[in-house]
Amino acid sequence: MAERSFAKEVEDLKLGDGDIFRGEGILAITKALLQSGISYVGGYQGSPISHLMDVLADANDLLEDLGVNYQASASEATAGAMLSASVMYPLRGAVAWKSTVGTNVASDALANLASGGVTGGAMVIVGEDYGEGSSIMQERTHAFAMKSQMWLLDPRPEQECMVNLIEKGFELSEASNTPVLLQVRVRSCHMHGSFVCKDNKRPEFTLKDALNTPRRDLSRIVLPPAAYVQEQEKIKQRFPAAIDFIKTHRLNEFFGDKAGSKTGIIVQGGLYNSTIRALQFLGLSDAYGNTQVPLYVMNVAYPTIDSEVAEFCDGLDHVLVVEEGQPEFIEQSISTVTARRKTPVTVHGKDYLPMGGDYTAAVLMGGIERFLEDHDPVQLGNRPPLPDPVPILTQPAVEKLKDVVPSRPPGLCTGCPERPIFAAMKLVHEELGEHHVSADIGCHLFSILPPFDLGTTTMGYGLGAASASAFNVKGAKRSIAIMGDGGFWHNGLTSGIGNAVFNKHDGVFLIIDNYYSSATGGQDILSSRAFNKRRKTNNSIVTAVKGIGVTWVRQIDRTYDVNQMRDVLREALTTDAEGPKVIVASSECMLNKQRRVKPQIRKAIQSGARTVTQRFGVDEDVCTGDHACIRLSGCPSLSVKELDDPLRDDPVAAIDNTCVACGNCGEVADAAVLCPSFYRADVVNNPTGWDRFRSRVTMGAIGFLQKRRERAAVSFDA
Amino acid sequence: MKSDTVKLNLEAVGPATERPISVAIVAMGGQGGGVLTNWIVDLAETQGWVAQSTSVPGVAQRTGATIYYVEMMPHDPEGRAPILAQMPTPGDVDVVIASEFMEAGRSILRGIVTPDRTTLIASDHRALAVTEKMAPGEGIADSGAVFDAIGVTAQQEFIFDMNDLATRNGSVISSAMFGALAASGTLPFPRDAFYEVIRKGGKGVEASIRTFDAAFDRAVNGPAAETLAPATEDAETVTVPTQVRSRKANRLLQQLLKEQPAEVQEIAFLGLKKVVDFQDAAYGREYLDLLRDLQARDAAAGGTARGWLFTREAAKYLANAMAYDDIMRVADAKTRQARRQRIEQDLGLKGDQTLQTTEFMHPRMEELTSILPARLAAAIIARPRLYAWLDRRFNKGRRVKTYSLSGFVVLYALAGYRRMRRLSLRHRDEIAHRGAWLDQATEALDRDYDLGVEVLRFRRLIKGYSDTHDRGKSKFDKVMATARRLTGREDAAQWARILLTSAVKDSSHQSLDETIQTVETFV
Repeated sequence: MAERSFAKEVEDLKLGDGDIFRGEGILAITKALLQSGISYVGGYQGSPISHLMDVLADANDLLEDLGVNYQASASEATAGAMLSASVMYPLRGAVAWKSTVGTNVASDALANLASGGVTGGAMVIVGEDYGEGSSIMQERTHAFAMKSQMWLLDPRPEQECMVNLIEKGFELSEASNTPVLLQVRVRSCHMHGSFVCKDNKRPEFTLKDALNTPRRDLSRIVLPPAAYVQEQEKIKQRFPAAIDFIKTHRLNEFFGDKAGSKTGIIVQGGLYNSTIRALQFLGLSDAYGNTQVPLYVMNVAYPTIDSEVAEFCDGLDHVLVVEEGQPEFIEQSISTVTARRKTPVTVHGKDYLPMGGDYTAAVLMGGIERFLEDHDPVQLGNRPPLPDPVPILTQPAVEKLKDVVPSRPPGLCTGCPERPIFAAMKLVHEELGEHHVSADIGCHLFSILPPFDLGTTTMGYGLGAASASAFNVKGAKRSIAIMGDGGFWHNGLTSGIGNAVFNKHDGVFLIIDNYYSSATGGQDILSSRAFNKRRKTNNSIVTAVKGIGVTWVRQIDRTYDVNQMRDVLREALTTDAEGPKVIVASSECMLNKQRRVKPQIRKAIQSGARTVTQRFGVDEDVCTGDHACIRLSGCPSLSVKELDDPLRDDPVAAIDNTCVACGNCGEVADAAVLCPSFYRADVVNNPTGWDRFRSRVTMGAIGFLQKRRERAAVSFDA
Repeated sequence: MKSDTVKLNLEAVGPATERPISVAIVAMGGQGGGVLTNWIVDLAETQGWVAQSTSVPGVAQRTGATIYYVEMMPHDPEGRAPILAQMPTPGDVDVVIASEFMEAGRSILRGIVTPDRTTLIASDHRALAVTEKMAPGEGIADSGAVFDAIGVTAQQEFIFDMNDLATRNGSVISSAMFGALAASGTLPFPRDAFYEVIRKGGKGVEASIRTFDAAFDRAVNGPAAETLAPATEDAETVTVPTQVRSRKANRLLQQLLKEQPAEVQEIAFLGLKKVVDFQDAAYGREYLDLLRDLQARDAAAGGTARGWLFTREAAKYLANAMAYDDIMRVADAKTRQARRQRIEQDLGLKGDQTLQTTEFMHPRMEELTSILPARLAAAIIARPRLYAWLDRRFNKGRRVKTYSLSGFVVLYALAGYRRMRRLSLRHRDEIAHRGAWLDQATEALDRDYDLGVEVLRFRRLIKGYSDTHDRGKSKFDKVMATARRLTGREDAAQWARILLTSAVKDSSHQSLDETIQTVETFV
């Protein structure tokens, strides 16, 4: 069960010819796939592609009706390899993942696929996680497209254009026997927009047809001598075929009137909107894209179409290439084209625009303005005032604010079961000293931030264990490697644990099992505990680990037991046992648990059933305002509050009503011997007669004792 | 410059007015920014406008700072589709909506709030960042700085606690922000259109509309009259009575009124109540006697001219020193009637719901021995093997059900054991510690009034239980030792203040040690 349900939105996927679709970009992409007649679809979750996987999961009935096989792939490599169905058969298929990380994982499969070539249209939707909001290293997918020769589509961020490019992309793939990459940036995935629909298409040739009449062709298999022939085929047949298709179907676009212009702009499709806004600020375009500077919009970012570039540059003195990220592949290829053809135009790009970082409208405005100032100042005319925050940002009151506003990086949610694990690790570090900690990708990576400050490196999804492999040294402090359940099944079982068994690694391997692939939105994985009618869940991590040869395994079923967590960690770090020490720490992701449990509790209370609800609290008279508890927690619901007491200086800890009573506060206070300020409050809703009677009797006795003591106290009441 | 030489009679392509209305929503992940964004898009579309929204969720959704962005334009009569931007451009945003006050500050730092065009709608409540909460003392960012910056950046602003308003009306902050947006007049849509959008949502409609209306009114009319009175002043003004009913208490009160100057009476009254509450009337007497002596030293050091600053600080910190945190105090706090009432109120207990609380206690052997009579405690400590044996049996986490008879009686008895407190090892240690501290403060006072005051304030470092208490004490010792070496310098008080600040903000001793190293370079 994913974090977000798209059950309602999935209805929009059934829209037919002429209907208007309104919604998120990722849904528009899904709809485009269905309109293209795909036979199979798969992928691996990760922002900004997670919602695509969630939509597909929620749309399973619809997909089945259309004869589409949807696979929740084990990894991007699995998804990439799945495209091999399109090698021999006229089957259209699509897979999706977060890039460049997912493309890294899949690149082996993609390189083989691209070499042999495809018969049916094969498309990879990559969520280009670059710029603000990105969670990964800043790289471009472009390089993969070039090295394996796959066409890279980069549509204008407009749903009509995106949908069209997907449909045309399958045709292009088939016309040139080449897999196609379609890249969408984070904001375009989450962009609300609209387009006019077509009917969904059932595949003409089905998977069943393929299986019942299998085909093989040795020349499609990557093995010498076929591999050498395939390279020649790429150059001599597939490349020209693609160029031809792209030109004929006008996938790239020309805007503005070139007559009289000395300058022009060549822009990747995805950056079109920001470029138009920059031109609008400069007074060179209106809100509808009527630009005075001619534009060549490359909705196909690779390959470069020589003749189109030449046509655009003809008569221009200077062109500016607007291309986000580095290296400047497009600028280089445009330069090559114009140099070979001896076109009398100077190519600019990264000399006016920054080498790295987001190309926001403000950045583009600055670059284009300087470009035009140098090469065509007449264009700029009487300049309208440009948006400029600098005079405001340099005001003393704003300057001062820089030191005031605290950073707010993402962190573990309220009640997260991973929090007590890191609290326990902090406590063990206090006892045994600091250890080297290899971190992994997932929510648990937030351990690197305050208040835990644990973890030294992160080398990729599922590679936490593998990245500790050098640290197999007898007699030294043991290394600790962390890995989530998602990363474990993605590849960590073999790359990390299997590797450690085989090499007799002496380190500690901590697998955090929260029943979902949580960081990506709570998708089910092999070890998920929930029943899923389409997938086989409930496959134990412990069994898998034992199966691969680990002999020292400890399973913790309630991570909130900080004492036990600490003891097991201590044992793992100090035991004489040889080989990898594997700890599987399991508790359900609280975000997902609350989504599951909250409605049940509400219903139970409404129906009059006896229901206990819990929350934690802090006795403000007992708390001394040291905040040691927060330094071992960082829970969003555990905050501080100022008291109205003039005798006290420091704010005390306080728990707000978003507390989910996970128990961490109390357990940590106990395990770390902090203070007795925390209490858990249990409220019995719809109490039974016995509950009420017992409470009345107890509270009566307690009230008597309380009054007795109050009478004895010295009171300063007037 | 070229721009100066080129002045041509060229017009911009389109009319300048034909720009989209841009709205940026700055929020923390999972705080309702997405709901508000969808409402705004829906609002524009139902009014026949073209709207586009974008966001960058991903990991930012996990409680981090994030931003949503909406642009909208009226439908073009010629049917052309506008090209809308996917992110806000600094200096070009019409409306910024902030769901938390430091996020409002962050939006100002992003440059998206500018005086020529931006309406800022912000809730001034705080959700504290981890770094603010982590400090072992006061570490909360200064909201005043955000108010100052808003003053010079926003074209118009609507600032109030939308979170509180929403909670009071049984809804969430997005409804309140939507109401404030409607009231701001920045979107050319009628109020009914906003209602329509909320109603379409289907969930919690009534509460949402109630919140929307309340926020609308609050944005238009300003704060209601009764909330205008500064509430904080009420809380901090303490009226000292001239007479109280209880004879024991009255005797103490009269002593206080007689011995202490008017400026000191308020804080000393609070201090007196605290120590009497901690122990008994005799203990209050002890407090007043100590304070009287300190006030005499203050007078000798010229305290009159300083408004008795030294005595006032002494009244505060002496009370804190005397009412130290031991097992009896904790047990007492947990068994009071007011405590249960506060929890019931916090939880909003209603109807026939019943309440039980569980305490998480982990007293160590150290705490147990410290409350024993000093000689007995010393005898146990002198026998390490016995001590270790007892420790193994005693030192463990204990979960106590407060409102069960068995749990309550134990706590109640422990609270009653305070009658024996004066005999305890802890009490003896506390008196010695307190004495040394007061001695150093008064010695400093004679030579340097301000340094004397600062030494009193060092008391703030002693807090917590168990290890935390030990850590606080070691910080206190370091600061005291360094201060002693500062005596005689002109800037001694200033450095003492810096020492205290770095000790308060620092849990690892790192910045404190650095400050001490700096001090050591010149003393």
